[in-house]
Amino acid sequence: MNPVLSTILKRLGLGIATLFVVSAIIFSSISMLPGDFSEAVLGQAATKDTVAAFRKELGLDKPAPVRYFEWVGSVLQGDLGTSFSGRNASGQDRSRQVVDLVMPRLWNTLFLAGVTALIAVPLALFLGLTAALYRNTAYDRIVNAATLTTISTPEFFVAYILILFLASLWPVFPSLANIDASTALGERLYRVALPALTLTLVIVAHMMRMTRAAIINLLASPYIEMARLKGASQSEIILKHALPNAWAPIATVIAFNLAYLVVGVVVVEVVFVYPGIGQLMVDAVTSRDIPVVQACALIFAATYILLNLTADIIGIVTNPRLLHPR
Amino acid sequence: MTDKHDPNHDILLEMRDIRIDGFSDERWHPIIKGVDLTLRRGEIMGLIGESGAGKSTLGKAAMGYTQPGCKLTGGSIIFDGIDLAKAGDGEKRKLWGTRIAYVAQSAAASFNPAHRLIDQTVEAANRRGIRPDAESRADAVELFKALQLPNPETIGSRYPHQVSGGQLQRIMTAMAMSPRPDLIIFDEPTTALDVTTQVEVLAAMRNIVEEFNTAAIYITHDLAVVAQMADFIKVLRYGEEVEQAPTRQMLTKPEQPYTKSLWSVRALEKPEVKGEDIVLSIDHVDAAYGPIKVLHDVNISIPRGRTVAVVGESGSGKSTTARVITGLLPPISGSVSFNGEPLPAALKDRSKEQLQKIQMIYQMADTAMNPRQTVEEIIGRPLEFYLGLTGKAREARVIELLEMIELDDSFMDRLPSELSGGQKQRICIARALAANPEVIICDEVTSALDQIVQEGILKLLLRLQKQYNITYLFITHDIATVKAISDEIVVMFQGKVVEQGLKSEILSPPFPDYTKLLLSSVPEMDPDWLTNLLAARDS
Repeated sequence: MNPVLSTILKRLGLGIATLFVVSAIIFSSISMLPGDFSEAVLGQAATKDTVAAFRKELGLDKPAPVRYFEWVGSVLQGDLGTSFSGRNASGQDRSRQVVDLVMPRLWNTLFLAGVTALIAVPLALFLGLTAALYRNTAYDRIVNAATLTTISTPEFFVAYILILFLASLWPVFPSLANIDASTALGERLYRVALPALTLTLVIVAHMMRMTRAAIINLLASPYIEMARLKGASQSEIILKHALPNAWAPIATVIAFNLAYLVVGVVVVEVVFVYPGIGQLMVDAVTSRDIPVVQACALIFAATYILLNLTADIIGIVTNPRLLHPR
Repeated sequence: MTDKHDPNHDILLEMRDIRIDGFSDERWHPIIKGVDLTLRRGEIMGLIGESGAGKSTLGKAAMGYTQPGCKLTGGSIIFDGIDLAKAGDGEKRKLWGTRIAYVAQSAAASFNPAHRLIDQTVEAANRRGIRPDAESRADAVELFKALQLPNPETIGSRYPHQVSGGQLQRIMTAMAMSPRPDLIIFDEPTTALDVTTQVEVLAAMRNIVEEFNTAAIYITHDLAVVAQMADFIKVLRYGEEVEQAPTRQMLTKPEQPYTKSLWSVRALEKPEVKGEDIVLSIDHVDAAYGPIKVLHDVNISIPRGRTVAVVGESGSGKSTTARVITGLLPPISGSVSFNGEPLPAALKDRSKEQLQKIQMIYQMADTAMNPRQTVEEIIGRPLEFYLGLTGKAREARVIELLEMIELDDSFMDRLPSELSGGQKQRICIARALAANPEVIICDEVTSALDQIVQEGILKLLLRLQKQYNITYLFITHDIATVKAISDEIVVMFQGKVVEQGLKSEILSPPFPDYTKLLLSSVPEMDPDWLTNLLAARDS
């Protein structure tokens, strides 16, 4: 079989195995959370019998391994379960499917992540390449210092600064990014401008510095000196001779930051009141809505695994040693 | 050759009073201290010297290029009327790769791993639009043919990792030749190659520069190699010119004492002594790395107090044999016996005493020592581990060992980074001696050293052998070293022993085919050697 394809399939298999391990970790750590949904809902006045009846209804009375396998089994069939909240012991059930809760939020998060990535990745690559090109010049130092400043500032602070300048003093963008399913695309883009800008400032530094370092690392290679002695200009050296060999580390750091855009943006969501999946998960943890927490955690894990897999594949297809074995 | 020295022959490159500084240890040091160089069209100049002599720096300066960390502080470099010392980057870039080309030492590292060979070959010519791309590609195939590369039509579509080192070096010559430059700088182009490959590459390079009447500066530390290539030779030391003369004159009557000392190293020769008492014998050993079998039925017996040299090109199984003896690689079948007793195959099954009796010295002394340990710790460790020496007794023994390797106790507190290459290798020898071994395996121990330093190390090893009756298994690819140190020779090829015997037997006819090829490929200090060899091989 094609060695690249077999490597990809191998990585994919490993990814699925990892996902199983992660699901066990998610499940057991959620079991260890203090408190109990039924007690939280029914209040301290509830009798032992009502609590027990409610636990039975939710299936919490079964032993943990049984619950785990039931959960994994239904997830494999595409069923993430039913949310705990909205149920009530009195018999009237207003609870919703986890999928219905999670999917709209997930799309919102992916939308924000996508918009941010479209700005941040090209920007970071551009800044990284030009910083490597004009290494040790004033430009390089300014870019480095500026990105370092934005990454060193807490993201909520960056968000408030942007709100102060771009929403309050010069009202260019709205300070609230509340959108729903009916919001049109143009309006959506307008509303997510500030959160996307905040996230861009947060992630550009890491990607830009890695790009610069990966390129500069290669500039000491004998084949770069050779290219120079063949008359290549500095920009040719960077774009044609260094960059093709630097994709693997760059792709890894981009994947890492894209994963962060999906799983780590809850603070920014709170500041801009953006209905993303991070907020959903925090709310679910507070109310001990176990099926929702588990679903979110699983989505986060899958995001990491998929993005890292993509980075690995990019690393393989940009390396002729792996793509064209001897 | 003589007509090239005609004063009317026009001058291509004229370097006057070149001074270059390099930055190290927080300050600038002079590397090149006022060297002159004149090269006429079509002439080949040999530039030789030990490492650190500044030959590579001077070679690159001929292009107007200085490496990062170096700067040109004085002098003029007139190439065909243009002063490269004053020219701007843009002006120099127009010459680089088109009128002046560079061939680097390590072809494997100097090709971009991300691009196909043909694309890299035509890159420089295409950049300046010397001819249409299709013509450049067709021309590259012709060059590949002229350089006797296999499959010249298709080899260009491969990536650098898909062809061998010798082929890469020839493709790099094609790359340099593609825009038909006036001058090529060859910077130790065959140093990384096996002798058998080196001959082919040398012949190919010489033919092609002759064919196109290209001028060249050929940089090397190997006198015999430069003798085949150059019309005249310049010797450099410590960034200064020692002397310059036409090749034949330089070889027959060098004037300066330094040049004479360079020449004399090759004359070292040890009288062989036959040995009967076998200390180590390797019987019917087969060994493999995973599924790839690398040793096939290897038999070697090593007499006590003698030196057995194992020779062969890279990949012949020399170092694997050493790994089997030390137990690092347990063989699939066969055995290693020490003093008549079979040794356990794997390292972990061997007793401390068995480990103690066989020690090893490596090619790269740099990487064989812990950079954070002092000389005393490095040598003291085996004393403590094998002999249980501590405190004063250990210190006294370390000083003794340092004296044995001709160093004094002022070295005790130094770190490896504070030692020269030769001193590092001496410390490694002392570390091996510390265990009181009977057998020392020397794996290419002099290959990374300059000729004069090599001579010192070889003499030291011979003296220690005489004093302590130590047995050496000496792995090398260099025949001059073999002549200098061995009693017996084992020739290996593709994981098999081709022959074993006394030095005089192996080095005199009749030869098996491979030994003949190997021995005839070793360059000799005769300017006609390559020509005669090629003529002999053709017939």
